[in-house]
Amino acid sequence: MNFDPRYSTRNFASVGTRPIRPDGVDKVTGRARYGADFNMAGQLVGRVLRSPHAHATIRKIDTSKAEKLPGVKAVITAADLPDLTDGDAAMYDILDNCMARTKALYDGHAVAAVAAVDVRTARQALKLIEVDYELLPHVTDVDEAMKHSAPLINDAIFTEGLEEKPVKPSNVTKRSQFGHGDVHQGFGHADFIVERSFKTEQTHQGYIEPHACVASVSSDGTADLWVCTQGHFVYRQHCAQLLGMEASKLRVTSSEIGGGFGGKTHVWAEPVALALSRKAGRPVKLVMTRDEVFRASGPTSATSIDVKIGARKDGTITAAEATLRYSCGPYPGSWAEIGAMTAFACYRLENVKTVGYEVLVNRPKTAAYRAPSAPMAAFAVESAVDELAKEIGMDPVDFRIKNAAQEGTRSSYGPVYGPIGIGPTLEAVKNHPHMKAPLGKNQGRGMACGFWFNFGGQTCTDLNIGMDGSVSLAVGTVDVGGSRASLSLVAAEELGIAYEQVKAIVADTSSLGYNDMTDGSRGTFSSSMATISAARNAIKILRERAAQMWDIAVDDVVWEQGHAVAKGEKHGNLGKLSLKEIAAASGTTGGPIAGHSELVADGAGVSFATHICDIEVDPETGATRVLRYTVVQDAGKAVHPTYVEGQYQGGAAQGIGWALNEEYIYGKDGRLQNPGFLDYRIPVCSDLPMIDTQILEIPNPNHPYGVRGVGETSIVPPLAAIANAVSNAAGVRMAHIPMSPPRILAAIEAERAG
Amino acid sequence: MAGVAVSTTINGDSVEYLCQPDETLLDVLRDRLGLTGVKEGCGTGDCGACSIILDDRLVCSCLVLGAEAEGRRVETVEGMAHGDSLHPLQQKFLEHAALQCGICTPGFLIAAKDLLAKNPDPTEEEIRFGLAGNLCRCTGYDKIVRAVQDAANVMKGA
Repeated sequence: MNFDPRYSTRNFASVGTRPIRPDGVDKVTGRARYGADFNMAGQLVGRVLRSPHAHATIRKIDTSKAEKLPGVKAVITAADLPDLTDGDAAMYDILDNCMARTKALYDGHAVAAVAAVDVRTARQALKLIEVDYELLPHVTDVDEAMKHSAPLINDAIFTEGLEEKPVKPSNVTKRSQFGHGDVHQGFGHADFIVERSFKTEQTHQGYIEPHACVASVSSDGTADLWVCTQGHFVYRQHCAQLLGMEASKLRVTSSEIGGGFGGKTHVWAEPVALALSRKAGRPVKLVMTRDEVFRASGPTSATSIDVKIGARKDGTITAAEATLRYSCGPYPGSWAEIGAMTAFACYRLENVKTVGYEVLVNRPKTAAYRAPSAPMAAFAVESAVDELAKEIGMDPVDFRIKNAAQEGTRSSYGPVYGPIGIGPTLEAVKNHPHMKAPLGKNQGRGMACGFWFNFGGQTCTDLNIGMDGSVSLAVGTVDVGGSRASLSLVAAEELGIAYEQVKAIVADTSSLGYNDMTDGSRGTFSSSMATISAARNAIKILRERAAQMWDIAVDDVVWEQGHAVAKGEKHGNLGKLSLKEIAAASGTTGGPIAGHSELVADGAGVSFATHICDIEVDPETGATRVLRYTVVQDAGKAVHPTYVEGQYQGGAAQGIGWALNEEYIYGKDGRLQNPGFLDYRIPVCSDLPMIDTQILEIPNPNHPYGVRGVGETSIVPPLAAIANAVSNAAGVRMAHIPMSPPRILAAIEAERAG
Repeated sequence: MAGVAVSTTINGDSVEYLCQPDETLLDVLRDRLGLTGVKEGCGTGDCGACSIILDDRLVCSCLVLGAEAEGRRVETVEGMAHGDSLHPLQQKFLEHAALQCGICTPGFLIAAKDLLAKNPDPTEEEIRFGLAGNLCRCTGYDKIVRAVQDAANVMKGA
């Protein structure tokens, strides 16, 4: 298919407007169906038994009593999910995480599951399952886990990425390194050097909708799965592989999704629900409790990061170095690697080196959380950058502008940048009224930059034109925050018709080709590219049909503003044919009109943001208040600006929660002490001010409309921006996130004590 | 266990159901009556997704027993629109894009309706504290507050 994705300037009619989303009315009337809102006839209730121990060998599981309880229709353990992963280590880890095989690796690790006629019976059955555990020493802290004396979580793991293969197993699964130049030499040329260590605690995505699914396996080997997910095609592949099914026999329908932020990119309960349904011969609904969501589903990494940056008196950075240690939970991951790639991505550096260490701990398997790994790296780097600016005596914005990456800069992680937005966001911040607003007593202002790659990936889209001229757009990327609206706008734009004429849906896995999941800010970027391509294919057919209706050569027909137009003087009397007119005649001109597209959306434009915030710190209690917050971010092209603003505001709010409050708290026993929204407190309405946004549009050269992903970058700068603000307000550098009142108070008192 | 017979009024309609003595009103609404607009985010009264109005009082239906609805009036998101005409709050939530994923929206709408019934002209701060029992993880609340302000203005003029 000769689709040309390159950007070209154009005047937009639909793109850039702010219509009401197509799924809106259902969502304000309660009609929209989320994961737990779907039911099937004869459905059973599934429940999961979870390990109360952080680390334990499972000697034996006795399910006999539970099986005998009236109303129990199936009980499963790891034995019912045999290992079919065929040497695929990553899939084996997913399987083991869904149902512990030989060891429970964290508090909350699934060990068995039941399906019963009602929830009361299911709960009772869980109590009748006897698990014989042999407790093992555990480790939950990332720095502790790296010590040689730490309990080993998996003795088959030897650190990858070292020059020499280690002889002893380790909790460090991988070392990765990025950079260029010679940092040793670079630091030699520095007049000022800042060196500091930082820590961030583990947080949860905190989506309000717990994981939920309904699985129905038939005796003929086919199955249906209804589930809240960011990627139903990926879920289908994973579930099919783990259960030994052919993918085409498993139809996965994505429900409306009540938040994901990366946390609904991994299967947890779904293979368990399918296995229960297969054993019971009936549909099984499995909904996690909030406690299970916190204990067993995807938190982000806890981190420990050392940063060293040197600069000349004139403000030129001469060298930058970071060592980043990220917890992965009990299975290998690449979280520190991503952190190491993003850490210095905002800057133009001659000498830069980052090293990442992936660290196993007895905590839930780390999952992606909005620009995964980048916020922690940015916290450490942007804090040190602020400190360095202060030492040099430069304004922190000017210091960043002086060192900002630009088109042609070789990034710290390798590639050379095309047109990028870091410089423009900094200039916008420099000129923003927020930067000039006065501050009161105990108030401080902070700013920070952030970077995220953005992904593209495999995308498949269908565009069907009805005989009445209305357009059905079927996409395979789950709509997490308004993409059906933005994709309808794109279809309307390309076809030259009204937004209201287009209806976008998310198709199930049996109705459309494979799509990667909605992650990496790819939903609107990649599906809009596929939508444009599908629309152009449909236009080609529309032109052919018009040519047929007029009985002229198709090359003489062009598509303009929703109409076929015959070009050239010889056709001057032909007028125009609207999409509606061509569609109405389609039954006699060759049948249905549709455009299809399948592509790999390459060239996702990298994304930059700069945030400003004002914080007031109570020096007596350490309590903080966010007074004002401003987000400036490059969107490439904002397809639906209101939802772009929403992404900016939402990411900022999540970052504020992370910076000031949210953290997983483990006891000495390795158990999570705050698995609920009361004790794991995410920001509420009264915690926040309005969040100002400024959208910059520096077109992505690799997208026809210039679109970049916008979903994730907004969570990257807040940790650092807030830390810089709190540090300025309290007069002491904060190096541990979250900056909860006790931590701030301790820092202030330590400073006073000298 | 024997069920408890309950007669109540839900969104203006008389409703009778049998429920277990330990069954929450949330579970009754969702699982027995099919009112799945009422959402469960936590089951412990911390997120507000299951907010309903019970006799003019805003409550988390996960913290109320189904049996307690006997003889009372229950209002859920399903009762907010009249025919095909949306409540001003619903309309303003759409216009301001005050929802992204939408799972918290029914709870916010009910909480905002209760707030405006008691305080038709709230300040921004009163809105922020009035809605502090409802968690939203997507929006950062900015557009929700603006939607409620706008709806309050429309309702005052009505």
